Amino acid sequence: MGLPQAKLDATEARLASMTRPQGGAWAIAARDAALARVRAMGLPHARDEYWKFTKPDTLVAADAPQAALFEDDDAIAFEATDRLSIVFVDGVFDADASDDLSLEGVSIERLQEAAQKDIHWARDVYGVLETNGQTPVARPLAALNSAMATDGVLIHVTGKATKPINLIYHHKSEASDAMLHHVIKLDDGAELTVLENGPAAARFNKVMEVEIADTATFHHVRTQGRDHERRAVTHLFARLGRESTFKSFTMTANGILTRNECVIELTGDDAVAHVAGACVGDGDFHHDDTVFITHDAVNCESRQVFKKVLRNGAVGVFQGKILVKAGAQKTDGYQISQSLLLDGDSEFLAKPELEIYADDVACSHGSTSGAIDEEGLFYLRARGVPKPIATDLLTLAFLAEAVEEIEDEDLRADMVEKLGSWLERRRG
Amino acid sequence: MLEIKGLKVDLEDEDKSILKGVDLTVEAGKVHAIMGPNGSGKSTLSYVLSGRDGYEVTGGTATLDGEDILDMEPEERAAAGLFLAFQYPVEIPGVGNMTFMRTAVNAQRKARGQDEMSATDFLKLVREKAAMLEMSNDMLKRPVNVGFSGGEKKRNEILQMAMLEPKMCILDETDSGLDVDAMKLVSQGVNALREEGRGFLVITHYQRLLDHIKPDVVHIMSDGRIIKTGGPELALEVEKNGYADIKAEVA
Repeated sequence: MGLPQAKLDATEARLASMTRPQGGAWAIAARDAALARVRAMGLPHARDEYWKFTKPDTLVAADAPQAALFEDDDAIAFEATDRLSIVFVDGVFDADASDDLSLEGVSIERLQEAAQKDIHWARDVYGVLETNGQTPVARPLAALNSAMATDGVLIHVTGKATKPINLIYHHKSEASDAMLHHVIKLDDGAELTVLENGPAAARFNKVMEVEIADTATFHHVRTQGRDHERRAVTHLFARLGRESTFKSFTMTANGILTRNECVIELTGDDAVAHVAGACVGDGDFHHDDTVFITHDAVNCESRQVFKKVLRNGAVGVFQGKILVKAGAQKTDGYQISQSLLLDGDSEFLAKPELEIYADDVACSHGSTSGAIDEEGLFYLRARGVPKPIATDLLTLAFLAEAVEEIEDEDLRADMVEKLGSWLERRRG
Repeated sequence: MLEIKGLKVDLEDEDKSILKGVDLTVEAGKVHAIMGPNGSGKSTLSYVLSGRDGYEVTGGTATLDGEDILDMEPEERAAAGLFLAFQYPVEIPGVGNMTFMRTAVNAQRKARGQDEMSATDFLKLVREKAAMLEMSNDMLKRPVNVGFSGGEKKRNEILQMAMLEPKMCILDETDSGLDVDAMKLVSQGVNALREEGRGFLVITHYQRLLDHIKPDVVHIMSDGRIIKTGGPELALEVEKNGYADIKAEVA
C-alpha cells in the first residue's frame, strides 16, 4: 500500500531540507535503514490516529518555527548534584562547556566521532530499539532522527557509575533546529543515572535508546522548560533484561508543543519499569505524553504515573498503553493519568489502553480530570493558610504521586522546588 | 469575646432557612456548650462562623473582640484568632501533616505581623504538644489525616489548636467517633488550653464529653434558635429526659 500523495510530498520536502550526515560503515548502514523506514512510514500527518490530539505540522515542516531565547532566573536544575556534565548548544556538543568525558566504569563517546568508525558496539542498539518500537505503532520522527542526527552521546556502562551524567541543552539561536541521538548500554549489573535539562533549541528532536542488561539499573530524571516557544519531540526507547530496573521521571513547565514518547520492552523476567511525568502549563501550552509498554516476560512490573496541571486554556494529552504478550504471566501493570484543571478553559485528552494476551496478570488503569478539592481548600484556609498558598499546596499534593517516582531524595526535592516556584510565579 | 446577635442564615443553593436568629455571647475564659437534636443548626453555626461557602447570612452580626468576622475570608478569621475543630477533619493526600501545620502557623504569624517560627522552634513545639496527645512521629509525618482513625483525626484537630493558640475555639462534635480513651486524651488536650484569655464553644449531642470538658454555660439549640440557656445541670437534664421536655416547655 502506497502512502497518500500529500504525506509522500511532505516527507520528501522535509528530507530534501536536510543534509545526510557522513559516517563510517556501521553508521551509514544504520542511517540508510532508518531513512528507508521514514520513507516507508511517511512523516506524521494530522489525520494519523496516533496524532489525533497533537498537531505534528510544526514538527514535520521543512523549516523550524523560530523560538525566542529564554533566560532562566531560577536556580538551574541539578546544579547542587555532583555530576558529570555534557553540554550541547543548539544540538551541537560543546567540549569546552562539558566536563572531561571520563567516569569510572563508564565509557562516553560523542556520536559524531564514533560514527566515523567502521565498527562500533553502538550498532547493536542505535536504531535497533527504535526499529522495535515501530510496531505496532509507527514513530516516524524517531526514525527520521536515527537517519539524520549527527550528534549525541554513546554511553557504555560496565560498572556502577559513581555519579550521574547530566545532559545539558542550551538554546542560543532563535532559529535552531536540533537533533540529538543518544545511546546508552548497561551491562549486567551496571548502574547509571542520567539527568537532562535545558531548552535545547527552537525545534528539538531527541531520541534516547537504552539497552538495560540483566540486573542492571537505569534512572532518568529530566526537566523541560521553563522556556515556552520551543517545540520538542522526544523518544525514549528502553529494553529491559532479567531483574533489571528502569525509572524515568520528566518534569515539564511551559512549552507550546512537547511530545514525549516512551517505549519500553520488558524482555527479561522480573524486570521493573516505571515512567512518570509531572507537567504544569499555562495558556497556549500543549503537552503530550505517549507511552507504550510491552510485557514480554514473566513477573514484570510496570508503572505509568502522569499528572498534569493545566490553566488558562492549556492542553494536556496522554496516550498510554500496556501490551501484555502471550506468556507474560504474573504481569503487574499500573497506569494512572490525571489532570488538575485550574479553570474551565483547559483541556485534558486521555487515551488509556490495555491489550492483554496472558491470563494470570494484574493490570489497572485510571484517568481523571478534576478541579481543586474544595473541602481541602477550606480546611487549609480555616487554619489560616491564604487561598493562593493553599491552592499551591494542594496542587503540589496532586503532583506528588508522580514526583515520588524519583528514587533519589535530593533530586525529588529539587523537582518539588521547581514545581513550587512555577506555581508561585502564577499566584493570583 | 465572641458575640453573635440575631444571626439568620439560609442555605445558598436552596431556599431554606437554617439559623433563624441566634443570640449568643461567649466570654473570654469561659466554656460554652451547645446541645441540640440533629438538624437544629449547630454545625451550620460553626461553619458560618468559620467562613465556609454555601451559606448566606440574611441577618444579624457576629463579632470577635468587636471585629465583624462575617465579611472576612476564612484565613482572615483564623488569623483573627478563630479556630474550628472539624466534625469531619479533611484528608489531604500529598500534604505532610508537619508541612501543613508549619505553613498554617507561619501564615497566621505573618498575617499578624510577627516573624515566622524557625524550623527548630517549630519542631520542638510540635513534638511537645504531640506528646501530650500521645501522637507518634509517624502521625506527624504522614499526609494530613490520611489513614488516621477517627480518634487520631480528632487528636490531630486538637494538636492544630494547640499549635495555633487561637483566642476562640469552636469544637464541632469533637466527641463523635471517639472511644473512651480517645475522648479522655482529646479532653485533656482541650482542658490544657483553657485559660483566661480564651473562649470555647463546644458543640455536642451528648453529655458525655461535658463530663470531661466542664462547661460554664450550656445552651440548647432547636430549629435554628437557642431556646434555653443554663448551667451545667442543663446538660444533665437533657441526658436524662431528652430534648422533648425542653422543647415543650419553651413552646
